[in-house]
Amino acid sequence: MTIYALLFYLLAAVILVSTAIAVTRRNLVHAAIFLVASFFASALLFYLLGAPLLAMLEIIVYVGAIMVLFLFVIMMLKEKPASNRPAARGRKLWTATLGLIYLLAVILLVFATGPRGQTPLTPAVASPAAFGRYLFQGHWLGIEIASLLLLIALIGVLHLGHTAARRTAAGIEEEK
Amino acid sequence: MIVPYSHVLLLSALLFVVGMLCAVGRRNLIMILLGLEVMLNAGAIAFVGAALRWQQIEGQTVVIFVLAIAAAEVSIGLALIVWAYRRTESLDPERLQDLDTAEPL
Repeated sequence: MTIYALLFYLLAAVILVSTAIAVTRRNLVHAAIFLVASFFASALLFYLLGAPLLAMLEIIVYVGAIMVLFLFVIMMLKEKPASNRPAARGRKLWTATLGLIYLLAVILLVFATGPRGQTPLTPAVASPAAFGRYLFQGHWLGIEIASLLLLIALIGVLHLGHTAARRTAAGIEEEK
Repeated sequence: MIVPYSHVLLLSALLFVVGMLCAVGRRNLIMILLGLEVMLNAGAIAFVGAALRWQQIEGQTVVIFVLAIAAAEVSIGLALIVWAYRRTESLDPERLQDLDTAEPL
C-alpha cells in the first residue's frame, strides 16, 4: 500500500465521518461547520486525484462562498426549538430501507465490473494552465452559459429579497 | 499507484447515500439543502476519479460546471428559504404543505 493509497483512505474516512456527523446534528451551525470540514477533506482528495485547480476552487467557491452563505442564513433565521423535531418512525424506516437498497445496488455494480475496474489509478496532475486552456478552448459555450446562469440566479435572488423586505416592511407598518 | 477506481466510486456512492438520507429524512429546509450539497460533492468526487482513471481532463471540466450550478442553486434556494421563513415563521417543510389564498409572490 503506497502513501497515496493511505492518504486516500484517510481522506475518505474523514469525509464520510464528518459528513455523517454533520447530517445528524440538531444545531444547524454545528452541521454547517462539520460540512466545512468535509469539504476541506474533499478538496484534499481532489488534489490527490490530480486536480489542484479544482481543489482550490472547491475551497474558494464551495467552502468560502456557499457554506458562508449557509451560515449567514442560518444565523439570520431564528428557529423555534419545537420545529426541529426529528422525523417520525415510519419515515425513518422508509429512508433507511431505501438507503440500504441503494447501497446494495451500488456495491453490486461497483464490484461486478470485473478486473478492469480494479486497476489502480496512475497518478497524474492536470496543471491549472493546461486545464484552463482546455476549458476555454473546448467548452467556452458552457462557460458562457454558466455565467449567464449565475446572472439569472443573482437577479432572482435580488428580486426575492427585495419583495420579501418590502412585504415585511409593509407588515410592520400595518401593525403600527 | 493510488487506489482502484472502484474504491473512488464506492466513496462517492457512500457520500451520496449520506446526502440523500439527509435530504429525505430531515424536517428542516436548510438541512435538505445541505443534503443536496453533499450529493453534488459526491458526484464531483466520482467525476474527478473518472478523469484520473481514463487520463482525460474532461471529467474535471464537468466538476467546474457542477460548482457553478451548485452556487446558483444554493443562492436561489436560500432566498426561497428566507421567503418561506417570513411566511410561516419556521423552517419546517410541513408548514408549507397547503396551498392557501394569500397573495402571490
